Amino acid sequence: MTHAISPLDSFRWPNADYTRTPFRVFQDADIYEREMERLFKGPTWNYLGLEAEIPEPDDYRTTQVGNVAVVVTRGKNGSVNAFVNRCAHRGATVVRREFGKADSHTCIYHQWCYSPEGSLLGVPYRRGVAGQGGYPADFKPAEHGLRKLAVATYKGLVFGSFADEPPALMDYLGEHVTAHLDRIFVKPLKVLGYHRQKISANWKLYFENIKDPYHAGLLHMFAATFGTYRSTQQGKTLLSPDGGHAVVYSVMGTDNAETVAEHYQGTDNKYQADFALKEPKLLSWDPDFHDGIGNLIISVFPNLVVHQILNTLATRQVRPLGPDRVELYWTYFGFEDDTPQKTEFRLRQLNLVGPAGYISMEDGEAIRLVQSAIQGEAGTASFIEMGGRGPIVDAEHVVTEVCTRGLWKQYARLMGFAPEA
Amino acid sequence: MDDSVRLQQIQALYLEYTHAIDEDELERWPGFFTERCLYQVIPRENDARGHPASLIWCDRRAMLEDRVVALRNANIYNLHWDRHLMSPPWLKAGAAPGSFVGRAQFAVCQTDPGGNTRLFAAGVYRDLIVFDGEQPRFKERVVVLDSFNVQELLATPI
Repeated sequence: MTHAISPLDSFRWPNADYTRTPFRVFQDADIYEREMERLFKGPTWNYLGLEAEIPEPDDYRTTQVGNVAVVVTRGKNGSVNAFVNRCAHRGATVVRREFGKADSHTCIYHQWCYSPEGSLLGVPYRRGVAGQGGYPADFKPAEHGLRKLAVATYKGLVFGSFADEPPALMDYLGEHVTAHLDRIFVKPLKVLGYHRQKISANWKLYFENIKDPYHAGLLHMFAATFGTYRSTQQGKTLLSPDGGHAVVYSVMGTDNAETVAEHYQGTDNKYQADFALKEPKLLSWDPDFHDGIGNLIISVFPNLVVHQILNTLATRQVRPLGPDRVELYWTYFGFEDDTPQKTEFRLRQLNLVGPAGYISMEDGEAIRLVQSAIQGEAGTASFIEMGGRGPIVDAEHVVTEVCTRGLWKQYARLMGFAPEA
Repeated sequence: MDDSVRLQQIQALYLEYTHAIDEDELERWPGFFTERCLYQVIPRENDARGHPASLIWCDRRAMLEDRVVALRNANIYNLHWDRHLMSPPWLKAGAAPGSFVGRAQFAVCQTDPGGNTRLFAAGVYRDLIVFDGEQPRFKERVVVLDSFNVQELLATPI
């Protein structure tokens, strides 16, 4: 691939083990534009949605890859397709609804009509009107379809890629991610609904946040106090070979009051032994999986997070909205065979997650504060050494920022910012 | 008590509710509900499509009290003031004797510590009001959020 000469060509990461991140990458409009091209339209797989959202032929939903509007559809033969939601004629949005069912999609502007696969079915006045006008004789509808993405699915998750020859999805996800997706996506899904949230922060600040177990036991007093997640619990921090994906989890009940009290000394009351809920039902749960994991976060570069927090299950799609703004699109699900009681657990525990959740609301505030405070600091960098420097490898605990370094490794390589490049 | 008195009391309940939140008297908020109740903030898109997932979902006054304690003592969120603007409630007799169903449209402006005000939320209250003795309370308050693409985060009640 060749790229035009850019002032970014001389920009390099300050060190090779990614313990520093230049604040410039969260602010620079040129870097943002390069991300849209090289990451989201590059050799990556982007999460588009769930197969359960488009179960029947002709079902569709709109989604987003980077800053590009995309439509995911179910074809007549059950195939899953994706195309850019921009008319091949003059560029108008073709599909205007968030969800629906249609055996063709017609642009409102000049009535160009496309199949659910994104192929051009027909245009008005192709041969003109009463001998006047019309397209040139060499006009070929087959050459004017919507821009299609490669699509691959895994366990009901739909991914799309703009790359001409994307890697095999399984290879892209890697062993750790697939193993933990296998743990969650065991049965047909039932979608329970959506949360959306716009945060005044660069999209990568969110991606850093969700692969950083160091903050999770400290920022989130609710999690620490009630033991859904604590730094003192046993857990693992696992990376993909390229560094960009991660699996972070902790196991409930693997620490004790003494060690918790000891290690939470010196925090700002983040663990409150005497704090109790008046309605403890909020935290009672009926584990879906019998391994004690109360909090599991899978992140797949560049736009997917999958979480299990107690009984809540969700995907979170990261939708960049410019250098300083990001939308999070949360899709909650259970399983088709959930009992009403299980569904009630999931719905009640939504009080913990999402934009209004006791745990998740705080992430929005933390990364907003970063974006706000780094204005004018393009020449300085963040400090990422919890868990040590040097090799970027898995950890048998959750007191580390190594996944954050892994993210920057993959990011810098794809962006042409790696120090060795 | 005749209905006109009851309707006046319910209108007062609506006003007190919004003023209590806007004056940061959150501790009063759970008291506007019955012991067993429903307080639900649901994105309009979920409501329209029959999806139950909500932003906040509490089925007991105790859960509302927990939320206030968490907001006061535990949670980190954006520092702000709220200002509710609300239509007069549209009230009708409910199915159960002595109950009323109510609707009111609202907008909530949020102001940051620097004095910058923005429209934060808009939507409708779908309510069921009952009389707890002489006192009207919300048995159900379903907040259907038109502005379901939440700006930053949603901490304090609507």
